[in-house]
Amino acid sequence: MRIQADNISKSISGKPILRDVSLSIEAGQSLALIGPNGSGKSTLLRVIAGLLAADSGHITIGGDRVDRLPRRKLAQRLGFVTQEAGTTDAIPVREAVKLGRTPWLSFATPFGAKDRDIVEAAMQQMAIESYKNKLFNALSGGEKQRVHIARVLAQTPQAFLLDEPTNHLDIRHQIAIMDWVKAQQGTVALALHDLNHAFACDRVAVLNAGQLAAFGTPTDVLVPEIIAPVFQVGVRQSRTPHVDHPILTFAKESFTTYP
Amino acid sequence: MQFAFGGVRPALTLLIGVAIMVAALGFALVIGETRIPLADIWAVLRIEAGYPAREVNPIDHGILWSYRLPRAIIALSCGASLALSGVVLQALLRNPLSDPYILGLSAGASTGAVAVAILGFGAGALSLSGGAFIGAMLAFGFVAWLARMARGNSAQATSSLALLLAGVAGAQLFHALTALIIAKSADANQARGIMFWMMGNLSGSRWPDVYLAVPITLIGSAIIFLHFRALDAMTFGREAAQSMGIRTGLVMGVLISTTALLTAVMVSMTGAIGFVGLVVPHAMRFLVGVGHLRLIPATALAGGIFLILADIVARMLIPGQTLPIGVVTALVGAPAFAIILVRSSRAHSG
Repeated sequence: MRIQADNISKSISGKPILRDVSLSIEAGQSLALIGPNGSGKSTLLRVIAGLLAADSGHITIGGDRVDRLPRRKLAQRLGFVTQEAGTTDAIPVREAVKLGRTPWLSFATPFGAKDRDIVEAAMQQMAIESYKNKLFNALSGGEKQRVHIARVLAQTPQAFLLDEPTNHLDIRHQIAIMDWVKAQQGTVALALHDLNHAFACDRVAVLNAGQLAAFGTPTDVLVPEIIAPVFQVGVRQSRTPHVDHPILTFAKESFTTYP
Repeated sequence: MQFAFGGVRPALTLLIGVAIMVAALGFALVIGETRIPLADIWAVLRIEAGYPAREVNPIDHGILWSYRLPRAIIALSCGASLALSGVVLQALLRNPLSDPYILGLSAGASTGAVAVAILGFGAGALSLSGGAFIGAMLAFGFVAWLARMARGNSAQATSSLALLLAGVAGAQLFHALTALIIAKSADANQARGIMFWMMGNLSGSRWPDVYLAVPITLIGSAIIFLHFRALDAMTFGREAAQSMGIRTGLVMGVLISTTALLTAVMVSMTGAIGFVGLVVPHAMRFLVGVGHLRLIPATALAGGIFLILADIVARMLIPGQTLPIGVVTALVGAPAFAIILVRSSRAHSG
C-alpha cells in the first residue's frame, strides 16, 4: 500500500519539528528514516500513523487521507511499533500478541479460529512461540521488541511503521529485525540510528532539523557528501568482501580532513 | 504468576462467583445483633413478593426488610461500582495504584455532596448525587492537570509517582474544602452526622437508595463491559491503543465520566469508602488474569462480595457498636496498597 506525505509541517509547543516534508513510499517498498537526535523522525512517523495531526499538509495511504479514515479502518491498513512500549500488567506473551487483532474484532465478530491461526503464525514468524506462556515483563529487551512486532504482524496491516526498532538490541537481534524488514511483502517505514542498517531498505530519507535533507536509494543517499554535514562527523565509505553493500565508518573530526 | 482459574471455563467461574455472592447476601441477612434464621428470611422474601408464607415476628420482619436487605444490596452495588472504577482507572491511567479514593475522586464527590446538602448549592435543582458527580469530575480534572504539569516529559516511573502525588494533593484540597463548608455553615448536629458519613457508612441505606444505586451500577457496569477491548488495548499505552484502532480520547471521556458517576452516586449514599477499587481488581487479576472480558465481571462480583463481608465485620467486630465500613476496608486496603507499591516499583526498576 502506497504511503505519501505532502508538505507536512508540524510544531509542538511552538517549536517547529517538521518543515514542509514531502516523500512517498511505493507499495511493498521499505523506507529508512535517518537523522540526528531531534531531527523529527519519530514525529514524522507519528504523523504518518495518524497519532499526531499535521499543522499543514496531509498523508495519504492507499489513496485515502489518513486524517479522514476512521481509526479502526486505519489500524486495519497500518501497524505501528512504538519505541519501548512497556506495561505494569502481568500479561502473558500470547495475550499481548492477541491484542493485535483488536481492529478486526467486535461483538459481532469475536476472536475466532482464524484469529487464533493469525496469532500463532505471527508468533512463529518472530520466533517467540517458545516463550508464549511467559509474562511479557519477564522478557529481555530484544524479546519484548519481537513480541511487539509479532503483535503488529497479528494486526495484518499492509503497511508497517517502526520507531527505532533496533534500539537496545544486541547485534544478532538487530540483524534479525533488518532481515525481517527486507523480507516483508508490505510497505515498511522505520526510523534508524545505525546508518549501515539503512542499506537494507529500498529508500532512505535524511531528516535534518525537521527538513528533508535527502531522499533516494541507499547508494545515492548514504554517501559522505550527504551524511557528514547532516550528522557533523567525518564519514568514510568502504567495502568489505562479506557484505553486499558499502560500509560507513565515522570519526568525530571534520569530514574534510578525514581521508 | 496467574492462578489456575484463568483456565477454568468462564461460565463456571461466573456461576461460582454468583453463588458466593448469594451466600454472602444470605449471611449478611442472618448476621446481626438479632440473629434471624434463614427460614424466616425466606418467609419474609415470599411475603414481600406477594406469595403465601408463614408469619414472622413483625420486629424481625422490619429489621430484615427495611434495614438489612437494603443495606446488603447497597453494599453489593457500592462494592461493585468502586471496584470497577478501580479497574477502569488502573487501565486508562496505566497505574496499578489508581483507585477513586487515592486519586481524590471520592474526596471531590464528598465536597460536591456536602455543598449541596449544607450550602444548598444548585438551589434544589441538583440532587446530592448530582453535586457529588460535579465534585468528582472537578477533582479528577484537577488531579489530571496537576499530574500532567508535574510529569513534564519524564519517564513512566516518574509519571506514576506524579499521578499519586497529584491525587494526594487533590484529596487534601477537597477534604479541606469540605471541612471549610462544614465549619462555616453546618450546625453541630449536621457536622457530627456528616463526619460519620464521610468515614464511609452504610447504616443510612434504605429502599429509595437501592432504587438509585442498583440501576446506576448496572448501567455503569454495562458501559464499562462494552469497552473491554479498548481497556485491553491500553495495556501498552495510549499510542499503542490508538494504533490498534481505539479512539482513546472518546473512550477515556466516556469511561472516566462513568467512573466519576459510579463513585459520586456511591459516595453520596455511603460516604467515601476507600481501597475497594485497589484491593479487589488486583486480587481478581491474580485469579482470572489481566484480560478485561473476564476481569470486569469478576471484579464487579468480588467487589460486591468484599463490601458485604466488610460490612458484616464492621457490624460484628465490636459488640453493640457499628464501625464505619471505611475503617474496615482501610485496615485491609492499606497493607495491600503497600504490597502493590513495592511490587510495582520493582517491576519498574527490574
